[in-house]
Amino acid sequence: MKEEKIELIKDGKRLDGRGFEDLRPIKIEVGVLKRADGSCYFELGNNKALAAVYGPREKHPRHLQDAKTAVVTYRYNMAPFSVDDRKRPGPDRRSVEVSKVSREALDPVILKEYYPKTAIDVYVELLQSDAGTRTAGINAASVALAAAGIPMRDLVSSVAVGKIDGEVVLDLNAVEDNHGEADMPVAMVARTDTITMLQMDGRFTKDEFERGLKLAKKACHEIYELQRAALIEKYSKSVGEGEE
Amino acid sequence: MGFEVMEDIRKDYVYDLIESGKRVDGRGFRDYREVSVERDIINKAEGSALVKMGDTAVLVGVKLEPGTPFSDAPNKGIIMTNAELRPGASPDFELGPPNENSVELARVVDRGIRGSEAIDLEKLCIEEGEKVWMTFIDIHALDNDGNLVDAAALGAIASLLNISIPNDRYGLTGEDTLSIRDTPVAVTMIKIGENILVDPNLYEANAATSRLTVISNADGTISGLQKSGSEGLKEEEIAEMVGIGIEKAGEIREKYLGDIKA
Repeated sequence: MKEEKIELIKDGKRLDGRGFEDLRPIKIEVGVLKRADGSCYFELGNNKALAAVYGPREKHPRHLQDAKTAVVTYRYNMAPFSVDDRKRPGPDRRSVEVSKVSREALDPVILKEYYPKTAIDVYVELLQSDAGTRTAGINAASVALAAAGIPMRDLVSSVAVGKIDGEVVLDLNAVEDNHGEADMPVAMVARTDTITMLQMDGRFTKDEFERGLKLAKKACHEIYELQRAALIEKYSKSVGEGEE
Repeated sequence: MGFEVMEDIRKDYVYDLIESGKRVDGRGFRDYREVSVERDIINKAEGSALVKMGDTAVLVGVKLEPGTPFSDAPNKGIIMTNAELRPGASPDFELGPPNENSVELARVVDRGIRGSEAIDLEKLCIEEGEKVWMTFIDIHALDNDGNLVDAAALGAIASLLNISIPNDRYGLTGEDTLSIRDTPVAVTMIKIGENILVDPNLYEANAATSRLTVISNADGTISGLQKSGSEGLKEEEIAEMVGIGIEKAGEIREKYLGDIKA
C-alpha cells in the first residue's frame, strides 16, 4: 500500500474509542416499509441496512418452483452512494457471493417445507456502508423475515471479527478492515450456537481463529437479544394499542 | 422428475454407507482421491496446471499483461481470478454469465492467494501509478466429479510458481520471475450425519448439507475460510475441520508442491 501504516490501536483503545470486544452502536426498527410483507431497518455504527421480505408468494417462472419447499432468494445490493468511491449500480461478483452466503446463513432457520412451490424473496439494501455490511444485512433480513410472519426455527444473528495491529477484535469498521490483517464474518443461530455462515480472509493462526469465533459467538448472543427486543417492542405495541 | 428420484435414492445410499463407516469409492474419511498435478502444459500461458482429483479435472492458466493500477494502490500489481464452469464439465453447467457457484469458486481461490500474500504485489509494479502487471488466474473446470475448489486452488498456486514475466512481449524490462512467498492450499470437507469427510466426490457433495473450505499456508496459518450449504455447523465441528484442513494441506503441499522451487 502507498499509504502510511496507520496505528489502529492506541492506549488499548481502537480509533473510534471502542475496546477490543465492543460492538458498534446498534439500532433496529421493525416494519418500516408499507408494501413489503416484512421489513427491518438495521444500523450498525455507520452501516445502514434496510431489508424487505416478500412471501411466501407464487414463484415465477414456474419451472423454478420446488414441489417440496419454498425457494428462498436473497439479493444484497449496495447503493451507489453508500461508499466513498461511487459503486457502479447493479450486481457485481462480490454482491453475488455475499447474496449466496447470506441466503445460506438464513436458510437453516426458515421452515421452507411449509410452503411448497412458493418464493420467499429477501431484498437487502445497503444505504451506507462501513464494513460488516453483510452481517448488518443478515441481521436486518432475519428480523424482516420474522416480521413477515414466516415460520422460523429461530432468528439468525451475525457479526464479524478480525485482526488489527495483531489483536483479535470484534466488529471491524471500514478503516480497521482496510488496514487490518484479517476479517471473519460469522452468522449463527444464537439459541443453539449453530454457525450458519463463516468466511475469512487475511491471516489468522488457529488460536486466533478460535478466539475470534468465541468472540463472535458472544456478540451474536448480544445481537440476538436486541433483535428479539425490537420484535417484541413492535408487536406488543401493535396489540396493546389496538393497531391493525 | 425421474432424475430427482434417482438423486434422492442416491443420497440415501451415500448417507447409509457413510453411517456404516464407508465411502462410495472405498476411501477413508480423511483420504483424498488420487491427485495429480501436471504443470506447464499450455505453452501460450505464463503458467498452467492440470489438476486431477479422482475424476475431477481442472485446468488453470495464468496470463500476465500490463495494465493500469487501482487508484488506491498505485504501486501494486493486480490479481484477477475467474472461474468458468464449462458445460462439457457437467450436464448441470449451462452457458451464460457466471452464476453464484462459479463466482464463489473464483472468489474463494482468490481469497486464499490474496490472504496468504503469496504474490508480492509490489514487485509487479512497472511504473508507479501508471503501469503494473495484472495477473489473470483463469480456472477452467473440465470435468466435475466434486470438489472443484480444492483442485482449482491447487492448480492456481501450482501455476503461479516459477512464472517468467513476459517482459519481452511488451518491450519492458524489470523483474523476470514472479515472486511467490507462500503456498496456500485449500482443503474442503463436508459433514454427513456426524461424520466429517475430506475431498467429497460429487455424490457425497450432493448428499451433504454443509461444507467448509479451509485454506492454509506453509506456516500453518489460515488465509481463507468459506462455509456453504444449507445447514449450520457447531463450533467444535468447525474447530475440528480447521485442524484437519491444516494437516491435510501440509500433506498436499509437500507431495504436490514440494519439488517446485518457490
